Amino acid sequence: MKRTSNRFDLGSSIQYLSYFLPQLAMDNNLLAEQFVGKKAQELFDISGVKTRHVAAKGVLGSDLAISALELLQKENPNFSLSEIDFLIVSTLVLDYNSPTTASVLHHKLGLSSACGTIDLPQGCSGFLYSLSVAEAMISAGNARNVLILLGEVPTKAIHSEDMVLRSIFGDAGAAIVVSENNTKAIGKFTFGSFGNGFDFLKVERGGGRNPIDEAWIKKYSDQENQLSFGRIEMNGLEVLRFALKEIPGFLEQTLVKNGLTISEIDFFIFHQASAMILKSLQRKCNIPEHKFISNFEDVGNTVSCSIPIALKKAAALGNFKKGDKILLLGFGIGFSCIGTVIEW
Amino acid sequence: MEIDDFITAIEEEFDDLNPGDVSPNSVFRDMEGWSSMHALIFVALIDSKYDVLLNGDELKSCVTINDLFDITLLKLNGGGANT
Repeated sequence: MKRTSNRFDLGSSIQYLSYFLPQLAMDNNLLAEQFVGKKAQELFDISGVKTRHVAAKGVLGSDLAISALELLQKENPNFSLSEIDFLIVSTLVLDYNSPTTASVLHHKLGLSSACGTIDLPQGCSGFLYSLSVAEAMISAGNARNVLILLGEVPTKAIHSEDMVLRSIFGDAGAAIVVSENNTKAIGKFTFGSFGNGFDFLKVERGGGRNPIDEAWIKKYSDQENQLSFGRIEMNGLEVLRFALKEIPGFLEQTLVKNGLTISEIDFFIFHQASAMILKSLQRKCNIPEHKFISNFEDVGNTVSCSIPIALKKAAALGNFKKGDKILLLGFGIGFSCIGTVIEW
Repeated sequence: MEIDDFITAIEEEFDDLNPGDVSPNSVFRDMEGWSSMHALIFVALIDSKYDVLLNGDELKSCVTINDLFDITLLKLNGGGANT
């Protein structure tokens, strides 16, 4: 055995991170043109989003993930895909029901045959779930460099007349490399599952229990792809109630598990769910404005990509200094939630 | 908990409301530009200010600001569904 037990003492850190946004930036003026009698300001008032990006027809989440990876390679010339020994993919619109999208991307990227591959389609919690698995794989000595690819095209599963969801959601891709490191820069994770809320936020149709049939195709014949990826349905009130009821306590659990108090956290990045949920949680959790990072206005809710985008944007602005403690908290479809603290 | 404070909190929460715009008898669904999103703002506001989380049925049962105040007060004092 090459790997010895002392490797269990090793930690991991986010080595590289890049994201990609599709070219079409749909601002509120452009979106308002598609809703008779609506003004751009009204769309901003209901969503809190100024711009969301929309992937071109035929582009899937895995395509956006690859675009993000290409950007990562360009930004980090020293990075080589040959170093990757585990690939995790999170996307809600899979390339195929089976095999995993990770297998498809493994082939497209020409990764090593010794590289493990899994899909973690965990929606808005997808990035942190992937990060938790990457960290566990590395600390257990089963991998050294884990590539996380995230790609989301929620706009492909929203009805064209659904103004609220079209205002809120945007498409994006992200690529993250998590590597073995001498310092434990990724903290302990807390997990929460509330399966009784599965019906309040879901992609309707397309699964084994609710397959798309002829009536569905006929009903949505005027929609792009006849909504053949399914249709996102959200009970906004129940999503809000879940967030307000569970997330403040969950934040506390994440702090306790990492032996920290709220005042020891330098920055907080929550899943960018909606402007109202973010504002309400910030208020309820008593998080000071300057510590609460949000870029919801710029890109909307990009599902699993939202935390990586917020991290990268804040880093690019020079917000973080070495050693800063950043609490990351994901939540969404399931309902699920997951939290951790990373050290910059 | 007084209804005047409740109304002030509502007027402060919505950018397009000015002091005096809202009264106990105001029908909140008649607010200019009302949408389902406004209902969520009420729920979030009441939760953050009074730690009372209204559910869909409770919200539907309310017509006026006074109704919202009453149900919030009821739940604050331990009444209503614990959801």
